Amino acid sequence: MDNFNWLLQGFAEAATPMNLLYAMIGVLLGTAVGVLPGIGPAMTVALLLPITYNVEPSAAFIMFAGIYYGGMYGGSTTSILLNTPGESSSVITAIEGNKMAKAGRAAQALATAAIGSFVAGTIGTLLLVLFAPAVSRFAVTLGAPSYLAIMLLALVAVTMVLGNSKLRGITSLLLGLAIGLVGIDSLTGQPRATFGLPLLSDGIDIVVIAVAVFALGEALWVAAHLRRRPAEVIPVGRPWMGKEDWKRSWMPLLRGTAYGFPFGALPAGGAELPTFLSYVTEKKLSKHKEEFGKGAIEGVAGPEAANNASAAGTLVPMLSLGLPTNATAAVMLAAFVSYGIQPGPTLFDKEPLLTWTLIASLFIGNTLLLVLNLPLAPLWAKLLRTPRPYLYAGILFFATLGAFAVNLQPLDLALLLVFGLMGLMMRRSGYRYCR
Amino acid sequence: MCAVLVLVGAFLIYDALSLAGGFAKVDPVGPRFFPLVIGSDLLVTAVILGVAIARGSVGEADAGEDIDPDAPSDWRTVGLLVAMFVATIVLVEPLGWAITGALLFAGSATILGSKRYVFNIVIGVVLSVGSFYAFYSGLGIPLPAGILDGIL
Repeated sequence: MDNFNWLLQGFAEAATPMNLLYAMIGVLLGTAVGVLPGIGPAMTVALLLPITYNVEPSAAFIMFAGIYYGGMYGGSTTSILLNTPGESSSVITAIEGNKMAKAGRAAQALATAAIGSFVAGTIGTLLLVLFAPAVSRFAVTLGAPSYLAIMLLALVAVTMVLGNSKLRGITSLLLGLAIGLVGIDSLTGQPRATFGLPLLSDGIDIVVIAVAVFALGEALWVAAHLRRRPAEVIPVGRPWMGKEDWKRSWMPLLRGTAYGFPFGALPAGGAELPTFLSYVTEKKLSKHKEEFGKGAIEGVAGPEAANNASAAGTLVPMLSLGLPTNATAAVMLAAFVSYGIQPGPTLFDKEPLLTWTLIASLFIGNTLLLVLNLPLAPLWAKLLRTPRPYLYAGILFFATLGAFAVNLQPLDLALLLVFGLMGLMMRRSGYRYCR
Repeated sequence: MCAVLVLVGAFLIYDALSLAGGFAKVDPVGPRFFPLVIGSDLLVTAVILGVAIARGSVGEADAGEDIDPDAPSDWRTVGLLVAMFVATIVLVEPLGWAITGALLFAGSATILGSKRYVFNIVIGVVLSVGSFYAFYSGLGIPLPAGILDGIL
């Protein structure tokens, strides 16, 4: 019952008016960046890292949690209204969702995605409450060698499974490790790979790397291939579902959640596989097989639930082991570090209130998402019409601002450009990233 | 891509060899170990990747909302954007964030094909001055004011 008490305390902390406001900002911001092409939750959290200098940790994490869940939800809006999924995990949603939208059922598709997000997110977060403390209690008993082994396993698993080329995954991992080497060797105090620049002796800030690869590299890559004519957005009213839609959605929702969470919690599960599994299952079980490929609501509900449940599952290794299995989790861990909090198995012991507030705010954020996004859907659809030059110029602007504000060093901007170009080159050679 | 891997790998090994070793008592692994391992792994994977590419391995390009993967790469746009960015790095301290940021936004929007030049600048100024004050009073981070020091 101890965890339950902590959770209640977390709710008490998260439900103060100020923190609710942060949750609301986070959810709105997260949905906006999820809807907008080119930026994702990882980059948004990275850009907001400077607020960690001035805002209470709990407030910052409440906002980050809102951005994380909001981003997952916003992605589905884009793939339903615009037939081009921004991330691999919403490819499946785009298949049926966009067909539904074209058939004039955009409102139902969005509604089932929103409700699916809510149900899967809530169940996923409940499972997180059950599993994360247990995993962390187990991890505390492990020694450093076992912990190193888990870390290696996670790194290797992520590089091998995500993306489509194992070779490219491994080279990315090695490049990342190489970047991590820059700075002073902590045991002997010698500068390593710093090019003799004293500014580099603290290492390269993760914000700079994250923003460079996720924002700058991405924006340059899009600039190289920009579609000159705007994509077609399907207009939509307020999402709603009829009785028949509910009847057809609720089982896929639960099954999708059951697929998504365990995959998310595994170090390399990701969201692609469970969304695909969910789609195949629903196609097999559906009484309306003929509708698949033409806009079947089951094909939106199930994969969308799987996607969101996997997002919740990702937080299990993040909170209990300190292991990031996607980009957003990695940046959130960086935020822990910048507060002087060591993420890892001891997190639940050393910072119980903060951790449980974060978990409680996931429940709150999820509910806010449902309440806000049903009426706001037409607005998000309008956001999709942002002229692309402004969108990408804005991304460049905020990327520069975010990387610069960390240390106020022009050198960081030079690093941003170097790693941004590296990101562009990797994209060109068939590398991909995982939001 | 292979060239980058070789470059990074070779640099790591060169740098590692220039470090003093022999701290065996406090640190049996030593500061050289990881750079050497990672550097040589980079060289090995560079060779493998080179062979794979030569044998026709092409990474599958990721789809994106605004990407037309069939269009040829538009290097002019990318080059101009990079030039814009270099200018930002050089100018941000002397001119200050408010001016450089506005130039960065307006310049990039123009390069990316926005034809409403005045409007581009107006948005740029609003964004950069707005973020200057938001960071200054909201977050307590003083972005450089540059030549506008005292006015802003």
